[in-house]
Amino acid sequence: MTPNIGVLALQGDVREHVRALESCGARACPVRRPEELAAVDGLVLPGGESTAMNRLLEQFELGEPLRARLAEGMPAYGSCAGMILLAKEILDGRADQQPLGALDIVVRRNAFGRQVDSFETELAFSGIAEPLHAVFIRAPWVESRAEHVEVLASIPEGTGHGPAAGRIVAARQGSVFVTAFHPELTGDARVHNRFVELVREH
Amino acid sequence: MTTTLDSKIGTAQVKRGMAEMLKGGVIMDVVTPEQAKIAEDAGAVAVMALERVPADIRAQGGVARMSDPDLIGGIVDAVSIPVMAKARIGHFVEAQILQSLGVDYIDESEVLTPADYANHIDKFGFTVPFVCGATNLGEALRRLTEGAAMIRSKGEAGTGDVSNATTHMRAIRAEIRKLTSLPEDELYVAAKELQAPYELVREVASKGKLPVVLFTAGGIATPADAAMMMQLGAEGVFVGSGIFKSGDPARRAAAIVKATTFYDDPDVLAKTSRGLGEAMVGLTVDAIPEPHRLAERGW
Repeated sequence: MTPNIGVLALQGDVREHVRALESCGARACPVRRPEELAAVDGLVLPGGESTAMNRLLEQFELGEPLRARLAEGMPAYGSCAGMILLAKEILDGRADQQPLGALDIVVRRNAFGRQVDSFETELAFSGIAEPLHAVFIRAPWVESRAEHVEVLASIPEGTGHGPAAGRIVAARQGSVFVTAFHPELTGDARVHNRFVELVREH
Repeated sequence: MTTTLDSKIGTAQVKRGMAEMLKGGVIMDVVTPEQAKIAEDAGAVAVMALERVPADIRAQGGVARMSDPDLIGGIVDAVSIPVMAKARIGHFVEAQILQSLGVDYIDESEVLTPADYANHIDKFGFTVPFVCGATNLGEALRRLTEGAAMIRSKGEAGTGDVSNATTHMRAIRAEIRKLTSLPEDELYVAAKELQAPYELVREVASKGKLPVVLFTAGGIATPADAAMMMQLGAEGVFVGSGIFKSGDPARRAAAIVKATTFYDDPDVLAKTSRGLGEAMVGLTVDAIPEPHRLAERGW
């Protein structure tokens, strides 16, 4: 069966996620309305500006239905801003940001710094054989997590990595997973493939 | 802050990628930290920090330069969304200063008085990414050749007249469409005519789009203006004077954000266009003598 996966299309790099999902054999469609959300088997929350997406989610009455579907166990994958939205708690966010709470993690927004600090690097990813090329853009990190949250990738420990050393940058809890970086920008669909498999198995 | 020893900053990937994250969003001109907060509250994906909005630059005349670092710093501290700032065309030292201030994107902008009438900034020499204006495809590709990571159609800033934004967006999209229909052996002459490098022309011809994000700017004053530019193929919107020169900036800002997301849904557009108060007064492009048109700056 071909899974039907939505990409939250309020703002951000929606097209790149659609392309990556389609390359993994999924049917992908943008989601902006509650009825569109109701029709999908899983949802990707793309990169973008989490404060803008948060505001539009609430204004277009998508926040509640999305929380409900996540609570029912709908598979979801969030990259960067998507990871911020899916978290339980946001540090350095706006006071009125309402996280979706699908994952028991605390994220710190813009944790790696401003745009001049944005970087790309090779990163080991649990369950994927060869390292990924990871693009971090004004990226968040996972500040802390509940014990049942599985760590999928971390910045290596070591001097020279500064306060980023050992920080979690990809995590999974049940059918929800998040990355602080943007696999959708690199043309490497291995992370999306994992998500499509997860939706298939669900 | 550096992270890993083997990581790279300032690459084309992270510069262009940053612009990909702004897609479908609205970038708003602000002149004070308070305005920046209003913009962030309204759902802006970034703010453009400057001393005077284009409408005031136009009204007051004189030489327009990079903003005071104090002002930019105040805006950087006030909001958590990305902050952009403008440097004069060709003024690479203003750009160095803006990079040092930690702005997230530099707009090498025709709204300021050019500092060099022959050369634009060599943007490859910077870690911070640049957005540049263009009135046609050749101009856009020349800016990419110099290292721009994002393009905006120029329009005519500070007017509230959307007609030039429309012209420029249509021109860029039409030239891209034309390239995609050409046989390969005609791309060499096309490159010559566009005054742009053959490799870039070939890339645009095969992909049917610019290799970077294309926003629109210059004259957008209403939700309908923003939605029209999106329907014409813009991937996002810059609004300059249109918000803070209007009667109710907070409402108008939020309405333009909604209209940019639901640009293809007339029912939502009708709803968001209600009760916004006065739009900026505006100035028709025709009424501006040609030497004073900002879009003519840059080449």
